[in-house]
Amino acid sequence: MTATAELFETEARVRATPEERRSTIVGIVLIALGVYVFWAFGLGSGAGLDARFNLSLQTDRFQDLSWVVDARTLSILVAVIIVGLGIWRVTRSALSWTNISLAIGFGLFSLAFLAWAAAGGQFSLVGMLRSTVLLSVVVVLGALTGLMCERVGIINIGIEGQLLASAFAAVVLSSAFGTIAGLVGALLTGGVLGLLLAWLTIRFHVDQIIAGVVINFLALGLTSLMTARILTDVQTLNAPERISAIRIPFLADIPVLGPMLFDHSFFVYGMFILLVGLHFGLFYTRWGLRSRSVGEHPKAADTAGINVYWVRYRNVVLGGMIAGFGGAFLGLSQVARFEENMTGGIGFIGLAAMIFGRWLPFGALGAGLVFGFSRAVQQKVSILGIGIPSEFLLMLPYIVVIVVVAGVVGKTRPPAADGQPYIKQ
Amino acid sequence: MTLELRGITKRFPGVVANDDVSLSVAPGEIIALLGENGAGKTTLMNILFGLYSPDEGEVLIDGKQLELSNPSASIAAGVGMVHQHFMLVPVFTVAENVVLGLEPTEALGWIDKDAADAMVREISDRYNLAVDPDSMVEDIPVGVQQRVEIIKVLVRNARYIIFDEPTAVLTPQEVEEFFAIVRGLKEDGKGVIFISHKLNEALEIADRIVVLRDGKSVGEANPKTATENQLAEMMVGRPVELEVQKGLAEPGKVVLSVENLVVLDDRDHRTVDGVTFQVRANEVVGIAGVQGNGQTELVESLTGMRPSLAGHVFVDGVDVTEWSPRAIHKLGIAHIPEDRQESGLVLQFTVAENMVLDSYYDRPYSRGIQMDWDVAAHSSERLVDEYDVKTSRVDVPVSDLSGGNQQKVIVAREFDRDVKLVVASQPTRGVDVGSIEYIHKRIIEQRDEGAAVLIVSSELDEVMALSDRILVMFKGRIAGEFEGATATTTEVGLAMLGSGGSHD
Repeated sequence: MTATAELFETEARVRATPEERRSTIVGIVLIALGVYVFWAFGLGSGAGLDARFNLSLQTDRFQDLSWVVDARTLSILVAVIIVGLGIWRVTRSALSWTNISLAIGFGLFSLAFLAWAAAGGQFSLVGMLRSTVLLSVVVVLGALTGLMCERVGIINIGIEGQLLASAFAAVVLSSAFGTIAGLVGALLTGGVLGLLLAWLTIRFHVDQIIAGVVINFLALGLTSLMTARILTDVQTLNAPERISAIRIPFLADIPVLGPMLFDHSFFVYGMFILLVGLHFGLFYTRWGLRSRSVGEHPKAADTAGINVYWVRYRNVVLGGMIAGFGGAFLGLSQVARFEENMTGGIGFIGLAAMIFGRWLPFGALGAGLVFGFSRAVQQKVSILGIGIPSEFLLMLPYIVVIVVVAGVVGKTRPPAADGQPYIKQ
Repeated sequence: MTLELRGITKRFPGVVANDDVSLSVAPGEIIALLGENGAGKTTLMNILFGLYSPDEGEVLIDGKQLELSNPSASIAAGVGMVHQHFMLVPVFTVAENVVLGLEPTEALGWIDKDAADAMVREISDRYNLAVDPDSMVEDIPVGVQQRVEIIKVLVRNARYIIFDEPTAVLTPQEVEEFFAIVRGLKEDGKGVIFISHKLNEALEIADRIVVLRDGKSVGEANPKTATENQLAEMMVGRPVELEVQKGLAEPGKVVLSVENLVVLDDRDHRTVDGVTFQVRANEVVGIAGVQGNGQTELVESLTGMRPSLAGHVFVDGVDVTEWSPRAIHKLGIAHIPEDRQESGLVLQFTVAENMVLDSYYDRPYSRGIQMDWDVAAHSSERLVDEYDVKTSRVDVPVSDLSGGNQQKVIVAREFDRDVKLVVASQPTRGVDVGSIEYIHKRIIEQRDEGAAVLIVSSELDEVMALSDRILVMFKGRIAGEFEGATATTTEVGLAMLGSGGSHD
């Protein structure tokens, strides 16, 4: 006992660390989720109703693969596991498992939900997984665009506009001059908008957020105007040839994985190649080391003889071209025509995916897949025609993004010089 | 075979940072460039290194004119610089930082990690620097980070090396090690420019001392014959009292009592990890320690600016642990924050506005929602007089004032009321010698009037000069306690490194 302990009345006062608090909150969420699963999907499914998950498509080599499960039994099992995970979290042990527990919990929740929705009928699980991949492509490309820029310290809010403008360019040029022209036009459009962002922020120190917003409005305004003035009159300019899928021999025949990953247009393969390339490029090459140094500590890079401005220009333009690639996918493959504001905020989802993915390429992929999955669930479930209002289902992907960014991500560490202009004396 | 600066002039809006300065260094020579903060030392060196371009003047290396446009040209000409704020990327490894800009690569720009590690090891072994190429820079101590900077310079084959305030972040023992490294560089034929405002260090290490004042070179001194007082007079332009004059303390009742305080930093590390101490009335307690050992978070927590995780803070027996900064302030606590520009002043506000920043919401400065600026202006004028703040008027932005005068504005605001406890963090950082003298005098005055005083400083000399009792913080804990009157630099310095310390 110290002298002061006698002087003043003291009592033990220990506050939880942020990590401990998060663990508790996640635990409570999981317990609530588990109870809900038990009540809604466990008791809510009729007794003895089987859910049939189809694991093959009609185009597959191996037909009629499926997994049949009793919806009620599965849901109750899932509920027990989720509650168990929740209790484990509330005890605040093994804190590094907090996020993993949450991910497992939501994965199982989705499974029980689908079983409940498909009880007494059938549901194409492989179709949904394939949609998940397809619907995540633009999100991942958007996230990679943002990552490319923010890794060198420039925040790109204009991904949405870059996607939209390049989708427009792709559709019009492809309709007029063919696919190659559309593709090249999209890449150039994305690149030019990247250059605009870089020029405004580096040369004139325009606030990066404002410059990005300018690009979004510019793209939305210009494409809407031209759609109304030109595309509605000249329909032939809004009819690009859809880029078809390339089936990869043998790999495409693997059950589930084949239709999910190996039967897509070259855009999807391109995204994966880009992803791997960016990962290794950023962390193992001279280009990546210099880029990251510019985003973390531009003055250190400058004193090491690296041209900070050049690196920033180059990467922001390359980032814009990635968005151009994403726009081309939208315009030439996913939708295969241009519609006003067809991106509908997906560029911002990409930005969120970049943050959720902690500025890492594979993190962006994971986050993009979460979004794609929730979109796919929304699409498939609305076909099943269960009693959930379609408006709510349409909201689902965005709610998932909000929950994920606000709740799961916690504290992340962006590049240290992110958003800061570099001004030499 | 020399490096020569001739007639360098550099103007910034409103100031002449360098005014016709000339300087030369020969290989194997150590020059100390001495001057107060703001005398233009760093500007001069940034020009030499190509970060700024001069308005007039030229730099010659071996008689050849150096193109002063960017660091690459200076690096290529053999000039290297170890900056005061290290130019290291915290999330990179040592090797990545060293090779940045001259990466050994294989095909496709793939970095040859083994070659990079070998470059670090070779220099580390040659100069005895003991640096591991694989450690992450943010995880290694500041002293080692500095050696990484030295390796960076040597890898680039620098023949002339500039050290900008290299000892500011080091413990006394680390300073000795650092000097040994510098002497090794000298024997190896490197020309060294050592920038400092610490007189004793310049006298110890330099072959020649050049003094700058107000951007002008005011003369050279020979370290074998010059004294600290002579150098101080050259730096300041008038005789200076280097010692703090203070009587013996007669500590009274406990005013501040901190018990088992635990505080997290922004990255959720337990930067203050169970700290217990008391400060009594009529007593100055100094907290020494290398920067980043929890002092910042401790002070923020004491003044209500950062929540604590566990433990208690009592002021006069009242548990203020979870109080707001305003409530703590109202209790009679004066806080001189570590970074005056970030948390002490609103730079765009006027002197008067800053003077009432702590009391504007109350009478006599405001009634209800209405502020009375005349009253504020009057009391500010009084304070400006009383606390020797050099400003033409009280309605100029405080950013127009020099560092020392800005600090005096804070001192005036905080001390001009009934003060029970003073918490002063780095009270004289970046302040001219004249103002240091003045601020120290005011702090001792507060003690003599009965306040408890807690000083936190990374300048060991300052802690030694002011404190009646010295605590040393190391890795979030109190690593030693010493009597101010009897403590020696060596024993306090050892405690700063975490190697124990006597508890007397």
